[in-house]
Amino acid sequence: MTDDIKTLTARVAEEPSSLAFLELGEALRRRGQLDAAYKVTRGGLSRYPALGDAHDLLARILSDQGDLAGAFDAWADALRFDPMRIGALKGLGFLYFRAGDVPAALDHLRRATEIDPDDISIRQAIERIRGATSQPASERARPDSPPVPAAPSGKNLPPAGSAVAAEVMADPGGNGGSQKGIMLVDGNGLRLNGTLLSPSNQDVGDGVAAELAGVSKEAARTSRLLGLGGWQAIAVESPEGNLYLVAPTPETMLLTVRDPSLPMARLGLIAERAAREAREWLVSER
Amino acid sequence: MASQRAMTEADAALERITQVPGIRGSLLISGSDGLVVAERLMEGIDGRAIAALAASLVQRLDRATNRAGMRAPTFVHLKGNSGSVLAAPGRSDLVLVAVASTDANLGLARMQMLDAVGRLV
Repeated sequence: MTDDIKTLTARVAEEPSSLAFLELGEALRRRGQLDAAYKVTRGGLSRYPALGDAHDLLARILSDQGDLAGAFDAWADALRFDPMRIGALKGLGFLYFRAGDVPAALDHLRRATEIDPDDISIRQAIERIRGATSQPASERARPDSPPVPAAPSGKNLPPAGSAVAAEVMADPGGNGGSQKGIMLVDGNGLRLNGTLLSPSNQDVGDGVAAELAGVSKEAARTSRLLGLGGWQAIAVESPEGNLYLVAPTPETMLLTVRDPSLPMARLGLIAERAAREAREWLVSER
Repeated sequence: MASQRAMTEADAALERITQVPGIRGSLLISGSDGLVVAERLMEGIDGRAIAALAASLVQRLDRATNRAGMRAPTFVHLKGNSGSVLAAPGRSDLVLVAVASTDANLGLARMQMLDAVGRLV
Protein backbone atom coordinates (compact mmCIF):
# COMPACT_ATOMS: atom_id res chain seq x y z
CA MET A 1 0.00 0.00 0.00
CA THR A 2 1.45 3.38 -0.96
CA ASP A 3 1.71 6.25 1.46
CA ASP A 4 -1.01 8.32 -0.19
CA ILE A 5 -3.46 5.43 -0.11
CA LYS A 6 -2.51 4.72 3.51
CA THR A 7 -3.12 8.35 4.41
CA LEU A 8 -6.44 8.47 2.57
CA THR A 9 -7.53 5.16 4.11
CA ALA A 10 -6.77 6.57 7.54
CA ARG A 11 -8.75 9.72 6.74
CA VAL A 12 -11.77 7.73 5.61
CA ALA A 13 -11.52 5.56 8.74
CA GLU A 14 -11.31 8.61 11.00
CA GLU A 15 -14.09 10.50 9.25
CA PRO A 16 -16.38 8.00 7.57
CA SER A 17 -18.86 10.74 6.74
CA SER A 18 -16.28 12.89 4.91
CA LEU A 19 -15.83 13.08 1.16
CA ALA A 20 -12.32 11.64 1.43
CA PHE A 21 -13.69 8.40 -0.03
CA LEU A 22 -13.69 10.11 -3.43
CA GLU A 23 -9.96 10.71 -3.30
CA LEU A 24 -9.30 7.22 -1.94
CA GLY A 25 -11.49 5.59 -4.58
CA GLU A 26 -9.76 7.58 -7.32
CA ALA A 27 -6.30 6.76 -5.98
CA LEU A 28 -7.14 3.04 -5.82
CA ARG A 29 -8.58 3.15 -9.34
CA ARG A 30 -5.49 4.82 -10.69
CA ARG A 31 -3.35 2.12 -9.09
CA GLY A 32 -5.49 -0.56 -10.71
CA GLN A 33 -6.94 -1.78 -7.41
CA LEU A 34 -10.39 -1.80 -8.91
CA ASP A 35 -12.19 -4.08 -6.46
CA ALA A 36 -11.01 -1.98 -3.52
CA ALA A 37 -11.90 1.22 -5.41
CA TYR A 38 -15.36 -0.18 -6.10
CA LYS A 39 -15.97 -1.05 -2.42
CA VAL A 40 -14.80 2.34 -1.20
CA THR A 41 -16.94 4.20 -3.73
CA ARG A 42 -20.01 2.06 -3.07
CA GLY A 43 -19.57 2.73 0.63
CA GLY A 44 -19.38 6.48 -0.02
CA LEU A 45 -22.44 6.36 -2.27
CA SER A 46 -24.45 4.74 0.49
CA ARG A 47 -23.87 7.93 2.49
CA TYR A 48 -24.07 10.35 -0.45
CA PRO A 49 -26.49 8.79 -2.93
CA ALA A 50 -27.04 12.10 -4.74
CA LEU A 51 -23.39 13.00 -5.23
CA GLY A 52 -22.61 13.26 -8.93
CA ASP A 53 -18.87 12.94 -8.31
CA ALA A 54 -19.36 9.56 -6.65
CA HIS A 55 -21.53 8.21 -9.47
CA ASP A 56 -18.98 9.48 -11.99
CA LEU A 57 -16.15 7.77 -10.12
CA LEU A 58 -18.14 4.55 -9.87
CA ALA A 59 -18.79 4.69 -13.61
CA ARG A 60 -15.08 4.99 -14.36
CA ILE A 61 -14.25 2.09 -12.04
CA LEU A 62 -16.92 -0.08 -13.65
CA SER A 63 -15.69 0.92 -17.08
CA ASP A 64 -12.16 -0.04 -16.08
CA GLN A 65 -13.55 -3.38 -14.92
CA GLY A 66 -15.18 -3.86 -18.31
CA ASP A 67 -18.72 -3.57 -16.94
CA LEU A 68 -19.98 -1.21 -19.61
CA ALA A 69 -23.64 -1.63 -18.74
CA GLY A 70 -22.86 -0.78 -15.14
CA ALA A 71 -20.76 2.19 -16.22
CA PHE A 72 -23.60 3.41 -18.42
CA ASP A 73 -26.07 3.30 -15.53
CA ALA A 74 -23.64 5.03 -13.17
CA TRP A 75 -22.93 7.84 -15.65
CA ALA A 76 -26.65 8.21 -16.27
CA ASP A 77 -27.09 8.55 -12.50
CA ALA A 78 -24.27 11.10 -12.37
CA LEU A 79 -26.06 13.15 -15.03
CA ARG A 80 -29.39 12.83 -13.26
CA PHE A 81 -27.91 14.40 -10.16
CA ASP A 82 -25.65 16.80 -12.01
CA PRO A 83 -26.79 17.50 -15.59
CA MET A 84 -23.73 19.64 -16.26
CA ARG A 85 -21.22 16.93 -15.38
CA ILE A 86 -18.91 16.90 -18.36
CA GLY A 87 -17.22 13.64 -17.34
CA ALA A 88 -20.53 11.80 -17.49
CA LEU A 89 -21.42 13.32 -20.87
CA LYS A 90 -18.03 12.26 -22.19
CA GLY A 91 -18.39 8.80 -20.71
CA LEU A 92 -21.84 8.28 -22.19
CA GLY A 93 -20.65 9.69 -25.50
CA PHE A 94 -17.85 7.16 -25.50
CA LEU A 95 -20.18 4.27 -24.66
CA TYR A 96 -22.68 5.27 -27.33
CA PHE A 97 -19.85 5.48 -29.84
CA ARG A 98 -18.68 2.01 -28.83
CA ALA A 99 -22.20 0.74 -29.22
CA GLY A 100 -22.35 2.22 -32.72
CA ASP A 101 -24.94 4.86 -31.86
CA VAL A 102 -23.12 7.78 -33.44
CA PRO A 103 -25.99 10.31 -33.23
CA ALA A 104 -26.34 9.71 -29.48
CA ALA A 105 -22.56 9.88 -29.03
CA LEU A 106 -22.42 13.19 -30.89
CA ASP A 107 -25.41 14.52 -28.97
CA HIS A 108 -23.71 13.89 -25.62
CA LEU A 109 -20.42 15.35 -26.79
CA ARG A 110 -22.18 18.42 -28.18
CA ARG A 111 -23.85 18.95 -24.83
CA ALA A 112 -20.42 18.70 -23.23
CA THR A 113 -19.06 21.37 -25.59
CA GLU A 114 -21.99 23.64 -24.80
CA ILE A 115 -21.06 23.46 -21.15
CA ASP A 116 -17.36 23.77 -21.83
CA PRO A 117 -16.64 25.19 -25.29
CA ASP A 118 -12.95 25.50 -24.39
CA ASP A 119 -12.35 21.80 -23.94
CA ILE A 120 -10.51 21.09 -27.17
CA SER A 121 -10.48 17.34 -26.50
CA ILE A 122 -14.28 17.15 -26.86
CA ARG A 123 -14.29 19.08 -30.13
CA GLN A 124 -11.50 16.87 -31.45
CA ALA A 125 -13.45 13.79 -30.42
CA ILE A 126 -16.51 15.05 -32.30
CA GLU A 127 -14.38 15.69 -35.38
CA ARG A 128 -12.86 12.23 -35.18
CA ILE A 129 -16.24 10.58 -34.76
CA ARG A 130 -17.45 12.46 -37.81
CA GLY A 131 -14.28 11.48 -39.66
CA ALA A 132 -14.61 7.86 -38.60
CA THR A 133 -18.23 7.67 -39.67
CA SER A 134 -17.51 9.24 -43.04
CA GLN A 135 -15.01 6.45 -43.84
CA PRO A 136 -16.05 3.45 -45.91
CA ALA A 137 -17.98 0.93 -43.84
CA SER A 138 -15.23 -1.66 -44.16
CA GLU A 139 -12.73 0.69 -42.45
CA ARG A 140 -15.08 1.87 -39.76
CA ALA A 141 -15.06 0.79 -36.15
CA ARG A 142 -17.65 -1.90 -35.72
CA PRO A 143 -19.72 -1.46 -32.60
CA ASP A 144 -19.33 -5.04 -31.49
CA SER A 145 -15.63 -5.31 -32.14
CA PRO A 146 -12.98 -5.67 -31.00
CA PRO A 147 -13.84 -7.49 -27.80
CA VAL A 148 -11.64 -5.55 -25.47
CA PRO A 149 -12.80 -3.95 -22.28
CA ALA A 150 -13.47 -0.26 -22.51
CA ALA A 151 -11.22 1.77 -20.30
CA PRO A 152 -12.01 5.44 -19.99
CA SER A 153 -8.74 5.90 -18.18
CA GLY A 154 -7.08 5.33 -21.53
CA LYS A 155 -5.84 1.75 -21.30
CA ASN A 156 -6.98 -1.17 -23.49
CA LEU A 157 -9.05 1.06 -25.71
CA PRO A 158 -10.55 -0.43 -28.82
CA PRO A 159 -8.11 0.17 -31.67
CA ALA A 160 -10.57 1.65 -34.11
CA GLY A 161 -12.08 4.05 -31.63
CA SER A 162 -9.01 4.60 -29.55
CA ALA A 163 -8.24 8.13 -30.72
CA VAL A 164 -11.75 9.27 -29.99
CA ALA A 165 -11.94 7.44 -26.71
CA ALA A 166 -8.59 8.69 -25.51
CA GLU A 167 -9.60 12.26 -26.20
CA VAL A 168 -13.05 11.91 -24.79
CA MET A 169 -11.64 10.32 -21.68
CA ALA A 170 -8.61 12.56 -21.39
CA ASP A 171 -10.29 14.20 -18.45
CA PRO A 172 -11.77 11.38 -16.42
CA GLY A 173 -12.53 13.68 -13.56
CA GLY A 174 -14.97 15.53 -15.75
CA ASN A 175 -13.57 18.84 -14.68
CA GLY A 176 -12.92 20.07 -18.17
CA GLY A 177 -9.23 20.68 -17.76
CA SER A 178 -9.07 23.98 -16.00
CA GLN A 179 -12.61 23.83 -14.70
CA LYS A 180 -12.86 24.02 -10.93
CA GLY A 181 -16.55 23.72 -10.53
CA ILE A 182 -20.02 24.74 -11.41
CA MET A 183 -22.82 24.94 -8.93
CA LEU A 184 -26.46 25.93 -8.85
CA VAL A 185 -27.79 27.31 -5.58
CA ASP A 186 -31.22 28.45 -4.48
CA GLY A 187 -32.17 31.78 -2.97
CA ASN A 188 -31.72 30.44 0.54
CA GLY A 189 -28.09 29.51 0.00
CA LEU A 190 -28.67 25.81 -0.49
CA ARG A 191 -26.93 23.81 -3.17
CA LEU A 192 -29.32 22.50 -5.81
CA ASN A 193 -26.79 20.87 -8.06
CA GLY A 194 -23.16 20.71 -9.02
CA THR A 195 -19.83 20.60 -7.27
CA LEU A 196 -17.25 23.14 -6.25
CA LEU A 197 -13.78 22.04 -5.28
CA SER A 198 -11.27 24.17 -3.43
CA PRO A 199 -7.69 24.45 -4.74
CA SER A 200 -6.89 21.54 -2.39
CA ASN A 201 -9.73 19.48 -3.89
CA GLN A 202 -12.07 19.70 -0.94
CA ASP A 203 -15.78 19.97 -1.66
CA VAL A 204 -16.57 23.51 -0.55
CA GLY A 205 -19.91 23.74 -2.33
CA ASP A 206 -22.23 23.99 0.66
CA GLY A 207 -20.16 26.66 2.40
CA VAL A 208 -19.92 28.80 -0.72
CA ALA A 209 -23.62 28.27 -1.50
CA ALA A 210 -24.47 29.64 1.93
CA GLU A 211 -22.48 32.81 1.22
CA LEU A 212 -23.98 33.24 -2.24
CA ALA A 213 -27.46 33.86 -0.89
CA GLY A 214 -26.14 37.06 0.67
CA VAL A 215 -24.24 37.98 -2.48
CA SER A 216 -27.37 37.69 -4.61
CA LYS A 217 -29.34 39.97 -2.29
CA GLU A 218 -26.47 42.45 -2.07
CA ALA A 219 -26.05 42.53 -5.84
CA ALA A 220 -29.76 43.12 -6.35
CA ARG A 221 -29.76 45.92 -3.78
CA THR A 222 -26.63 47.58 -5.20
CA SER A 223 -27.84 47.39 -8.77
CA ARG A 224 -31.28 48.72 -7.94
CA LEU A 225 -30.15 51.58 -5.71
CA LEU A 226 -27.51 52.73 -8.18
CA GLY A 227 -30.05 52.85 -10.98
CA LEU A 228 -28.47 49.98 -12.89
CA GLY A 229 -31.71 48.00 -13.09
CA GLY A 230 -31.57 44.32 -12.33
CA TRP A 231 -28.21 42.61 -11.99
CA GLN A 232 -27.11 40.33 -14.79
CA ALA A 233 -23.81 38.91 -13.64
CA ILE A 234 -20.96 39.25 -11.20
CA ALA A 235 -17.43 38.51 -12.33
CA VAL A 236 -14.85 38.03 -9.60
CA GLU A 237 -11.12 37.66 -10.14
CA SER A 238 -9.04 35.95 -7.50
CA PRO A 239 -5.42 34.73 -7.67
CA GLU A 240 -6.59 31.09 -7.49
CA GLY A 241 -9.53 31.30 -9.86
CA ASN A 242 -12.10 33.39 -11.65
CA LEU A 243 -15.71 33.21 -10.53
CA TYR A 244 -18.73 34.09 -12.59
CA LEU A 245 -22.20 34.38 -11.12
CA VAL A 246 -25.41 34.54 -13.08
CA ALA A 247 -29.05 34.06 -12.13
CA PRO A 248 -30.68 31.41 -14.36
CA THR A 249 -33.98 32.25 -12.66
CA PRO A 250 -34.88 34.96 -10.13
CA GLU A 251 -34.71 32.35 -7.34
CA THR A 252 -31.43 30.69 -8.28
CA MET A 253 -27.80 31.56 -8.82
CA LEU A 254 -25.24 29.70 -10.89
CA LEU A 255 -21.57 29.88 -9.98
CA THR A 256 -18.92 28.88 -12.49
CA VAL A 257 -15.30 28.79 -11.38
CA ARG A 258 -12.34 28.45 -13.67
CA ASP A 259 -8.60 28.83 -13.70
CA PRO A 260 -7.50 32.49 -13.89
CA SER A 261 -5.83 31.74 -17.23
CA LEU A 262 -9.26 31.61 -18.87
CA PRO A 263 -10.26 35.11 -20.01
CA MET A 264 -13.18 36.44 -18.02
CA ALA A 265 -15.28 37.27 -21.07
CA ARG A 266 -14.90 33.66 -22.19
CA LEU A 267 -15.91 32.47 -18.75
CA GLY A 268 -18.99 34.67 -19.08
CA LEU A 269 -20.00 32.87 -22.27
CA ILE A 270 -19.53 29.49 -20.60
CA ALA A 271 -21.59 30.63 -17.62
CA GLU A 272 -24.40 31.88 -19.87
CA ARG A 273 -24.54 28.55 -21.67
CA ALA A 274 -24.52 26.71 -18.36
CA ALA A 275 -27.33 28.96 -17.16
CA ARG A 276 -29.44 27.89 -20.14
CA GLU A 277 -28.79 24.24 -19.24
CA ALA A 278 -29.67 24.98 -15.64
CA ARG A 279 -32.96 26.59 -16.65
CA GLU A 280 -33.88 23.53 -18.69
CA TRP A 281 -32.96 21.29 -15.78
CA LEU A 282 -35.04 23.33 -13.35
CA VAL A 283 -38.05 23.08 -15.67
CA SER A 284 -37.58 19.30 -15.99
CA GLU A 285 -37.39 18.91 -12.21
CA ARG A 286 -40.69 20.69 -11.61
CA MET B 1 3.31 65.41 3.83
CA ALA B 2 3.15 61.71 2.98
CA SER B 3 -0.63 61.61 3.28
CA GLN B 4 -0.86 64.74 1.10
CA ARG B 5 1.21 62.98 -1.57
CA ALA B 6 -0.98 59.87 -1.25
CA MET B 7 -4.08 61.98 -1.77
CA THR B 8 -2.57 63.60 -4.82
CA GLU B 9 -1.81 60.15 -6.21
CA ALA B 10 -5.33 59.03 -5.42
CA ASP B 11 -6.82 62.06 -7.15
CA ALA B 12 -4.62 61.48 -10.17
CA ALA B 13 -5.68 57.83 -10.32
CA LEU B 14 -9.34 58.74 -10.06
CA GLU B 15 -8.87 61.31 -12.80
CA ARG B 16 -7.27 58.74 -15.13
CA ILE B 17 -10.05 56.21 -14.50
CA THR B 18 -12.79 58.76 -15.03
CA GLN B 19 -11.29 59.68 -18.38
CA VAL B 20 -11.91 56.16 -19.70
CA PRO B 21 -14.84 56.32 -22.14
CA GLY B 22 -18.12 55.45 -20.47
CA ILE B 23 -16.89 55.76 -16.88
CA ARG B 24 -19.28 58.00 -14.96
CA GLY B 25 -17.20 58.32 -11.85
CA SER B 26 -14.67 56.71 -9.60
CA LEU B 27 -14.04 56.60 -5.88
CA LEU B 28 -11.53 55.42 -3.39
CA ILE B 29 -13.35 53.91 -0.44
CA SER B 30 -12.62 52.20 2.83
CA GLY B 31 -13.50 48.53 2.37
CA SER B 32 -14.42 47.77 5.97
CA ASP B 33 -16.78 50.66 6.69
CA GLY B 34 -17.80 51.76 3.21
CA LEU B 35 -16.79 55.40 3.63
CA VAL B 36 -15.56 57.63 0.81
CA VAL B 37 -11.84 58.49 0.93
CA ALA B 38 -11.72 60.38 -2.37
CA GLU B 39 -14.10 60.70 -5.27
CA ARG B 40 -14.48 62.02 -8.79
CA LEU B 41 -18.06 61.64 -9.90
CA MET B 42 -20.38 63.04 -12.50
CA GLU B 43 -23.23 65.14 -11.19
CA GLY B 44 -26.18 63.29 -9.78
CA ILE B 45 -24.18 60.30 -8.59
CA ASP B 46 -24.29 59.67 -4.86
CA GLY B 47 -20.75 58.73 -3.83
CA ARG B 48 -21.75 57.72 -0.31
CA ALA B 49 -24.33 55.24 -1.57
CA ILE B 50 -21.89 53.72 -4.05
CA ALA B 51 -19.21 53.44 -1.37
CA ALA B 52 -21.51 51.72 1.12
CA LEU B 53 -23.02 49.32 -1.42
CA ALA B 54 -19.75 48.46 -3.15
CA ALA B 55 -17.98 47.83 0.16
CA SER B 56 -20.76 45.55 1.31
CA LEU B 57 -20.76 43.59 -1.95
CA VAL B 58 -16.97 43.21 -1.93
CA GLN B 59 -17.10 42.00 1.68
CA ARG B 60 -19.68 39.36 0.75
CA LEU B 61 -17.62 38.20 -2.20
CA ASP B 62 -14.53 38.15 -0.02
CA ARG B 63 -16.30 35.74 2.31
CA ALA B 64 -17.47 33.59 -0.62
CA THR B 65 -13.97 33.29 -2.11
CA ASN B 66 -12.62 32.57 1.35
CA ARG B 67 -15.13 29.74 1.73
CA ALA B 68 -13.99 28.46 -1.65
CA GLY B 69 -10.43 28.24 -0.35
CA MET B 70 -9.30 31.17 -2.47
CA ARG B 71 -7.66 34.44 -1.60
CA ALA B 72 -9.59 37.71 -1.58
CA PRO B 73 -10.90 39.07 -4.90
CA THR B 74 -8.57 41.30 -6.88
CA PHE B 75 -11.29 42.62 -9.17
CA VAL B 76 -15.08 42.57 -9.11
CA HIS B 77 -17.50 43.48 -11.87
CA LEU B 78 -21.20 43.76 -11.11
CA LYS B 79 -23.04 43.93 -14.39
CA GLY B 80 -26.48 45.50 -14.30
CA ASN B 81 -29.04 46.03 -17.06
CA SER B 82 -28.03 49.65 -17.54
CA GLY B 83 -24.46 49.83 -16.34
CA SER B 84 -21.78 48.31 -14.18
CA VAL B 85 -19.99 48.75 -10.91
CA LEU B 86 -16.29 47.85 -10.92
CA ALA B 87 -14.23 47.37 -7.78
CA ALA B 88 -10.53 46.72 -7.29
CA PRO B 89 -9.73 45.91 -3.65
CA GLY B 90 -6.21 46.84 -2.66
CA ARG B 91 -4.09 46.65 0.42
CA SER B 92 -4.69 48.75 3.54
CA ASP B 93 -8.44 48.18 3.32
CA LEU B 94 -8.82 50.53 0.34
CA VAL B 95 -11.04 49.72 -2.61
CA LEU B 96 -11.05 51.55 -5.89
CA VAL B 97 -14.56 51.71 -7.33
CA ALA B 98 -15.88 52.90 -10.68
CA VAL B 99 -19.38 53.28 -12.09
CA ALA B 100 -19.66 52.55 -15.80
CA SER B 101 -22.35 52.95 -18.42
CA THR B 102 -23.28 50.07 -20.72
CA ASP B 103 -21.04 51.36 -23.53
CA ALA B 104 -17.95 51.84 -21.34
CA ASN B 105 -14.57 50.47 -22.27
CA LEU B 106 -14.51 48.03 -19.37
CA GLY B 107 -11.22 46.44 -20.40
CA LEU B 108 -9.40 49.76 -20.27
CA ALA B 109 -11.11 50.73 -17.03
CA ARG B 110 -10.08 47.43 -15.45
CA MET B 111 -6.45 47.87 -16.45
CA GLN B 112 -6.38 51.44 -15.19
CA MET B 113 -7.94 50.42 -11.91
CA LEU B 114 -5.63 47.47 -11.29
CA ASP B 115 -2.64 49.60 -12.15
CA ALA B 116 -3.81 52.40 -9.89
CA VAL B 117 -4.74 50.26 -6.90
CA GLY B 118 -1.35 48.55 -7.07
CA ARG B 119 0.41 51.90 -6.84
CA LEU B 120 -1.88 53.59 -4.38
CA VAL B 121 -1.32 51.46 -1.34
